[in-house]
Amino acid sequence: MTGERTQEERQEERKREYSRRERFFAYWLSRIEGVGAKRAGKLYEYAGSFEAIYHMDETKLTALSFLGEKTGRAIAAARGQLEQRRVEFEGLDRLGISLLLAGEAAYPRRLENIYDMPVWLFVKGRLPAGDRPCAAVVGARSCSPYGRQEAEYIGRLLAEHGVQVISGMALGVDQAAHRGALAAGGDTFAVLGCGPDLCYPRASRDIYEALSGRGGILSEYGPGEPPLAPHFPVRNRLISGLSDLVIVVEARKKSGSLITADLALEQGREVCALPGRRIDPLSAGCNRLIRQGAAIVTEPEDILDFFHIKCKNSIKSKEKSGNTLAKTEKMVYSCLDSQPRHTEELMARSGLGAGECLLALHQLELRGLALQPANQYYVRKLE
Amino acid sequence: MFFKVNSFGVRGVEGFPVSVEADVSEGLPSFILVGYLAGEVKEAQERVRTAMKNAGFRLPPRRITVNLAPAGVRKEGTGFDLAIAAAVLGCLTKKAEKDWAYIGELGLDGSVRPVPGILPRVYAAREAGVCRVFLPSENTAEGTAVEGVEIVGVADLAQLADLLAQPQRIRGAFFSPQQASLEPLPDPEVDFDELAGLPTVRRACEAAAAGRHNLLLIGPAGTGKTMAARRLPTILPPLDLEERLQVSGVYSICGLLTQKEPLIRSRPFRSPHHGTTPQAMAGGGKGPKPGEVSLATQGILFLDELAEFHPQVLDLLREPMEEGSITVSRMNGALVFPADALVVAAMNPCKCGFYPDMARCRCTPAQIRRYLSRVSGPFLDRIDIGVEVPRQDLTQESLREKGESSAVMRGRVERAVRRQRERFAKTGISCNGRMGRRQIEEFCALGAKEEELLDAICQNQNLSLRGRMKLLKVSRTLADLDEAEAIGREQLAEAAAFRSFEARYWGQM
Repeated sequence: MTGERTQEERQEERKREYSRRERFFAYWLSRIEGVGAKRAGKLYEYAGSFEAIYHMDETKLTALSFLGEKTGRAIAAARGQLEQRRVEFEGLDRLGISLLLAGEAAYPRRLENIYDMPVWLFVKGRLPAGDRPCAAVVGARSCSPYGRQEAEYIGRLLAEHGVQVISGMALGVDQAAHRGALAAGGDTFAVLGCGPDLCYPRASRDIYEALSGRGGILSEYGPGEPPLAPHFPVRNRLISGLSDLVIVVEARKKSGSLITADLALEQGREVCALPGRRIDPLSAGCNRLIRQGAAIVTEPEDILDFFHIKCKNSIKSKEKSGNTLAKTEKMVYSCLDSQPRHTEELMARSGLGAGECLLALHQLELRGLALQPANQYYVRKLE
Repeated sequence: MFFKVNSFGVRGVEGFPVSVEADVSEGLPSFILVGYLAGEVKEAQERVRTAMKNAGFRLPPRRITVNLAPAGVRKEGTGFDLAIAAAVLGCLTKKAEKDWAYIGELGLDGSVRPVPGILPRVYAAREAGVCRVFLPSENTAEGTAVEGVEIVGVADLAQLADLLAQPQRIRGAFFSPQQASLEPLPDPEVDFDELAGLPTVRRACEAAAAGRHNLLLIGPAGTGKTMAARRLPTILPPLDLEERLQVSGVYSICGLLTQKEPLIRSRPFRSPHHGTTPQAMAGGGKGPKPGEVSLATQGILFLDELAEFHPQVLDLLREPMEEGSITVSRMNGALVFPADALVVAAMNPCKCGFYPDMARCRCTPAQIRRYLSRVSGPFLDRIDIGVEVPRQDLTQESLREKGESSAVMRGRVERAVRRQRERFAKTGISCNGRMGRRQIEEFCALGAKEEELLDAICQNQNLSLRGRMKLLKVSRTLADLDEAEAIGREQLAEAAAFRSFEARYWGQM
């Protein structure tokens, strides 16, 4: 009880209020190319307020060592766009986007103690609740069916146990994690490398729509900002920064997920990874993380231990209802595993004819025991 | 002095009658050729005049006028030389018969040279009631493929003049039934037994061959897609006479018939390069010539590396895949060429060729999408069977053995073809692939259990009504191959597996 109060008090202390005018100038600054969290923070410290930055001399700006001449000039030049920015700023509400500045009461506390905390955040929907655990699920875009299923399962597991799931809405693992969490009706949040009004990648449209209502979309980039490549490592620090734990599902040797894991360690977050086979290039990154000391996830339920949550039994190992399977279905099911197998291989293994084998696979798919991740390739459905 | 003989021209794949009229009259010495003629026909006057001189005829120093009627139809090609010479000879000697026809090109020394398009011309000659046709001796074999016409081969103009002077000595050649019923030449080079494993691919090939279902082979590089497609002709049923005449007609006007094989015996296999142009594929040119799709008629049009073809080229195949013919419109009107080919396509699933093996494929989803989107939806709609060719583990013992031979597979195909012929005896179609809505309802009736499975499949794969019909057609062929009266659940499941490619690759990702 006492701890909570002091925390509240501390928050009270830190709480900073910005006038609308000041917020507008912050927005203006956020839209200037080359001004990121680090430079903006230093500029704010130097000038004392966002408006003061606007009124700074060009010679003074270009002379600042942390800015560099180019950015200094860009800031000076951006003064001409003030009117356009004002229109945009007034329009933020209409887009359902709110601007959040560092130090404000709603600003996520988890972000406050990272090294280059964002000075501003654009938020569509909600923010992750500070008093509930958060976990990031990250991994390869071009993941295997196994990785996709695992990510979806982990997302669901976390959501069902009240853990908020953070990810990046990218293809592959990110998508699966979001979808899993959404399927369980949990809270999930995406950090984007573009403006929060854009859905990138387009294939994540369903998630984007669901998140704007049920979870939240966060970004350091203003509306309309395109998803440029350098934005992504920068947004990765927010994915890890917003979470207490980062789970890497599948990652190649050189992968953006490893950047996220590195950042998480820098920020003092826990990192865990799903192990894979030695020769599997999609697990090379995960295995390396484990070797370097990341926690190993052998059972998805291990993750809950980290949050000291007891796993509800309901989700663990769904009943196989194996008794109701026909004989051929059982034969085919026993030939399936986590590696995608071509139907021809399954025919050879089970010794069944084409028609019988395909019929059995069709039945298994309908019952949710098999999955067709690619045309005519089947895997056993996990869980 | 006026004289008239018959000849025949070619328009599209059809011959049409041309009467060649010659008149020698008083006036300034000249040789005039009229009748809406293309350049090569106009040049005939020099060839004919010189050839006649060198063959020992003296043209009188008078005004010679030659007209090719009907004068309103454009005439092309060098096949009229012999007729022009015969008409002029007729004026001079009055020895030629009026209902004989002459086709051939002349050399300056008087020799008669072969021309393309003999088959449709002789065919038209028979229709026009001509009983005797003079042809270049190299073309006689091709000419005798038509029943009911006497074919006289001539080597040079002097021989023709001799024959015309003594008609009783003419000994022509006639149609021979043996020639017409020759078996296809076996291709010793390729056989399905070289292909190890791949039972699904074999099954798909059999179904495609038996029911005339257009086939798409998808799979990583080097797994045997091209190998399988090249062996497909070895399991096709032989051409019947009607089909042979159709194919030979197309080959004839392209000048592709040989003396050894005056009538095409094996089903054509055409494999145009993926850089091919729309004109080369559909047919074209000023006097339009058949394109690859027509040359593949009654045979196989193989499109290797489907996604590398120009989308425009693929889209013009839609009409032939649906209608069995292609219309080429040019300045001189529209022509219809036969184009009833079985389309077999092969492609990699992505640029690097490894997708969906994510451990190896490094293509981004956007790249894969872009690669696949080169093939349009309407084209895919006309593909009945899509088969996923897997990468096989070649260390397996069973794969070292020889596979089933083409002869065995062809036996099954021929039995299935016979079943279809019996079934469609009164309907005007001959194979499952050409079934219409009504025939599907009649011949693809399902039991209650099968109906239930089909509904589940359609829902699972999100199939349209057209997809459902295609699935039924393919299952009918599979049942025919299995020599089953009714379509069973196994065949439906197999047909569904042959259908799933579209949703998996081109559907929502």
